[in-house]
Amino acid sequence: MATDNGIEVEGLVRVFGDEIRAVDGVDLSVAPGEIYGFLGPNGAGKSTMVLMLVTLLPPTAGRATVAGFDVAKQGPEVRGQIGAALQESALDDFLTGNEHMDLQGGLHGLSKNERRTRGAELMERVGLSDAAGRKVGGYSGGMKRRLDLALALLHRPSVLFLDEPTTGLDPQSRSALWAEVERLSREDGVTVFLTTQYLEEADVLADRVGIIDHGKLVAEGTPTALKAGIGQVSLEATPANPNDREKLAAVLARFGEPAAASPKSVAVRLVSGAEQLAEVVRALDAEGIQVGDLQLHQPSLDDVFLQQTGRSLEGEEEEAEPAS
Amino acid sequence: MSGSTLSVAMAVLRRVMIQTFKNPAIIIPSLAFPLVFLIAFAGGLSTVASVPGFSFKGGYTAFQFVFVFLQTGAFAGIFTGYRIAEDYESGFVRRLLIAAPHSRGIVLGFVLSGLARFALTGVILWAIALLAGMTVLGSPVEILAMWLLAALLCIASTLWVTGLAFRFQSVDIGSFMQTPVFILLFLAPVYVPVALLTGWLKIAASANPVTAILDASRGFISGEQTKVALAFALALGLAALMGLWAALQLRRAQRGVT
Amino acid sequence: MSSVGQLALIGRRSVSRTFRQPVLVVPVIVFPLVLLAVNAAGLASITELPGFPTDRYINFAIVVCFVQGALFAAITAGTELASDIQSGFTDRLSLTPVRRWAMLAGATAGGASIAVVGSVVYLVIGLIFGVQIETGVLGALALLALAIYTAVAFAGIGAWLAVATGSPQAVQGVFPLLFVFLFLSTMNLPLDFIQKDWFKTIAEWNPLSYLIDGMRGLVIGGWDASTLLPAVAVATVIMFVTFAGAARSLRGRVQRT
Repeated sequence: MATDNGIEVEGLVRVFGDEIRAVDGVDLSVAPGEIYGFLGPNGAGKSTMVLMLVTLLPPTAGRATVAGFDVAKQGPEVRGQIGAALQESALDDFLTGNEHMDLQGGLHGLSKNERRTRGAELMERVGLSDAAGRKVGGYSGGMKRRLDLALALLHRPSVLFLDEPTTGLDPQSRSALWAEVERLSREDGVTVFLTTQYLEEADVLADRVGIIDHGKLVAEGTPTALKAGIGQVSLEATPANPNDREKLAAVLARFGEPAAASPKSVAVRLVSGAEQLAEVVRALDAEGIQVGDLQLHQPSLDDVFLQQTGRSLEGEEEEAEPAS
Repeated sequence: MSGSTLSVAMAVLRRVMIQTFKNPAIIIPSLAFPLVFLIAFAGGLSTVASVPGFSFKGGYTAFQFVFVFLQTGAFAGIFTGYRIAEDYESGFVRRLLIAAPHSRGIVLGFVLSGLARFALTGVILWAIALLAGMTVLGSPVEILAMWLLAALLCIASTLWVTGLAFRFQSVDIGSFMQTPVFILLFLAPVYVPVALLTGWLKIAASANPVTAILDASRGFISGEQTKVALAFALALGLAALMGLWAALQLRRAQRGVT
Repeated sequence: MSSVGQLALIGRRSVSRTFRQPVLVVPVIVFPLVLLAVNAAGLASITELPGFPTDRYINFAIVVCFVQGALFAAITAGTELASDIQSGFTDRLSLTPVRRWAMLAGATAGGASIAVVGSVVYLVIGLIFGVQIETGVLGALALLALAIYTAVAFAGIGAWLAVATGSPQAVQGVFPLLFVFLFLSTMNLPLDFIQKDWFKTIAEWNPLSYLIDGMRGLVIGGWDASTLLPAVAVATVIMFVTFAGAARSLRGRVQRT
């Protein structure tokens, strides 16, 4: 495996038509063996970014290298180093899992024997051995994603691109896939560039996260550092008696800036963190307000996103971006 | 027929008409098919009129035109059926079935839509044929009778696809809608009179109800009336049979709704 | 891996995929034979016209099946390739060291192979129903070869449409148009027997007429270079033009660096 299997991106731009700047001057770098989470709502430019990095879409401007090779000038060398599972797993419903392996392996130049042993090994690893002889049309969404991942790993790539690998999967399939990606990075030293709209995914999996919005990188760092930038823990309280909501708000206002909350409750960012909780409870007790529910929220990547873009990421549904 | 049945029918008709006027391209397929056949058969096969034993006074263009005209009637019904099935998929028909107390009005509306489409495509087809110099020997009354026969076929085919649409509620059955109609039409004496047919096709054509309707219509256009009563009886019977089929499927669909 | 090896791999996938979808195979076998049955019986009396080149219309009409089979090949190949483009399957292949032309030609193999199977079936059914091939066994083989060559050429039409539009629906929308071409050819009558001048002119300019006449010559005529060579030439031109067009469009579609 190449020692330098990182990704370097400088001022990368992709314009569609004359107007749409899907990726608008992105700089980032991913260290060898790192898992980089590329986070953003639909249409933010995630897939366009991936297509450029995997050499399927020429950049309009800027420069990017993957495993030391220039994506615009050294397409074949880049493709030799990378594996990719793009959006919509693009499998053939009428072929079996094994036939997919055979086709892809053959095109990568593996011999018949290699194809068979490597194929069986990967199908085993992603837990598809039993289904390998069945047509993909009968696979569940999770099985398709796992086959897609196995196909991407066939030629032992040193850099792996996963475009929304778990979109539409149930929680169980999602964590199984996470575990495999984690293993690839930790044990095999594979660099992973993954896009996602799920904060949880980026939080659990990624060593570092980049947040993209309208084609621009708006924040970058480890999930912990990004959340620490927001700093404050927030407290959300719901009065037992709905009529007490105003009074409750007045009390909580003494402890911090108001934050977003559901209509029946009140939330504030605690100025000095969770230690204030006892103080808050005493104050509420003193005012005679009965509290039905009280919760502490750690800052999340959604808060980071909200702070950077003024919008919430979860539940964001926009039209697909032009490249996908 | 009660007033509300009619008003439901008119509402359905109005919707189809608005769709058609907003997007006139909708009628292209129901016109293109017959036109291609008219060009290919009347234009390409005119030599057939010289085959020994072929005696049709009106000339080969009129001979083929009659077939294509009946086909236009039948296809107006089928393409109306596509609309119905699409409306079913979008939920519009279901909403109608729930909202309209007189569901017969919905079926009537579809039939009127089919007829309206046929009127439009039929007139265009006639205009093209006349411009191309087709010989018409029949009297105005005979031509009217020919229109009536084609209209009955249109009603029958609309009811056929209406029943299918109620049954399957999907546009995926497009070929299922056309195939039986195509088969029925092409197992009639398309190119030559029955007398000149041979073998299996002669047997099939003799048993095919469309044959009499086609013969009678060819009689009308050339002013030599033949099989008139039989043709009208068969066309009416076909429409009634399909009406029964549509009514049965409507009942079935409504049971699913309520 | 050699490009021929890549072509074989992609072609094999296309063929397996196609034959696992009966809905793609059955119509190719059934429709041409139904049309043959209707026309052979409906137009049987045409052979009584003085000078008609054969006395059994089925001998005259059988070759139309092969051309129809080739038209189906065009549409099937095109639809399949367009779905691959739409689903991202071509993107997946593009990430391997595959050559563009192998991807293109391989994708059309399924459509062409249906035409191969269809052609054999038409020939066998035709022979069972008494078709006589004047040029004998060798002629029958030449007929099959010409039919398959035509199908491969027509698959190029489908491929070009697929790459240019990227939409299976758009490819299928062209299907009726191809059949209009067939109807406006020497499909039902020899050129000399077409009376209307305008129709005769269209049929004379229609490339399908030359393919039909070339195949037909083998069945009802004899070894005649004047009908065979134009047929081969027409198929060859179609093949080169369409595959070149498809390859050109593919460069825009798959912008691999």
